[in-house]
Order: sequence, then structure tokens, then C-alpha cells
Amino acid sequence: MSIGEALAAFNASYPDAGGTASFIGKVRSDDDVKALELTHYEPLTIPGMEELAQAASEKFALAGVLAWHRVGVMTPGQPIVLVAAAAAHRREAFDAVDFLMDHLKSASWFWKRERRDDGWHWIEPRDQDRRDLARWK
Amino acid sequence: MSVRILFLGPLRDLAGQDDMLVEGTLDWDRLLQTVSPQVAAQLREERVNIACEGRVLADKTALMAEDGDEVALLPPVSGG
Repeated sequence: MSIGEALAAFNASYPDAGGTASFIGKVRSDDDVKALELTHYEPLTIPGMEELAQAASEKFALAGVLAWHRVGVMTPGQPIVLVAAAAAHRREAFDAVDFLMDHLKSASWFWKRERRDDGWHWIEPRDQDRRDLARWK
Repeated sequence: MSVRILFLGPLRDLAGQDDMLVEGTLDWDRLLQTVSPQVAAQLREERVNIACEGRVLADKTALMAEDGDEVALLPPVSGG
């Protein structure tokens, strides 16, 4: 299933919601990044994402929420993550997507490394990612 | 049966392997003696977590893994 198909299916599942907001994160094609590899630890990653989706549903007035994260090797331009939220009103949907992304960036069980000309480099959350996450505390 | 230690993310590179098996009970002190000194140094850092049987330990020094358990060593995350 493509990102577009997933989003269309999600949107169609909530015909009575006033709107759906979504975010697609992709591999940036800056610097000399040739590829990005995402790994996870399924016994923690999947329950963690389910708890995150549940937390978003409780924090915002949502009709539905979608959190989809790829693992494996991806190349610049390819999607890494898709989140979507359906709600009666747009502000709840926008905020829920923001909340989900901040938590997926620096509080979910994924590890990311990128391949540049000189080999693989592990990526750690930036201070900005941590500040973004702290907004929800 | 044995305890399986999983090295995740950058710890896999540091350990030079995906996982290792140890016989018998594995507590914090034995874990530090079992892994390489480089990995042990990382484990002592606050930002590195440990999960046993799919649960992240609130106090990793309280680790007590038995035969058949899976112990995951979890460095800082970066997703999205």
C-alpha cells in the first residue's frame, strides 16, 4: 500500500469527521546523504506506537488517528513516516499530527543512520527535537 | 535455554554483533562483565536504557534476567 492509498483509506474511514490533517516525513536529499536506514525493536516499538496513538486520541478530540513508520533502507525523497488525524475541527487535527511527529522523532523506539560518502553515521535527536517534545509535557 | 542479549542501534556496531547468548541468570553486574568494556561504558550512561522481556526497566541496575529471557540494550532513539 502506498502512502497515498493509506491516506485515502484513512480519510474514507471517517466520512463524518470535519477534516483530516496529515504529515509525510521523507529522506532529505541534502548534504551527501546517499541512504537512510531505520531499525526498530518490535517488542517495544509496536506497543509504544499504539500507546502514542492512544495518547493522541485522549489528548485531542479525534475521530481517528494513523501512525505509520517504515523500517529498512530508504533513499532521498522516499517517505519514512506518515501520520494523520481525523477530527471534527481542524485545530485538533493539526495539533494531533504535531504531537505524534514530535514523539516519533525523539521518544519512539527507532534508530536511524545515514550513509554518506565516507560510510554510515548514526543520527541522534537534535536539541530542537527534544525542545519540540518538551512542549507537550 | 539461555538469556539473549540484543544490541540495538549504534550499540550493535560497538559490540560487533547483533546479539549474544549467556547461560543462567543475568543481573546488572554480570551484564557489565559479559559485554565489551566499550558497551559497558555506554550502559552506565543514563541515556542508555535496558528492556527485559519487552519492558523497559525503570532501574536498569535491578536487571534480573532468567533463562529464556530477552534483554535489549537501548541507546538513545532517533526516528521520523
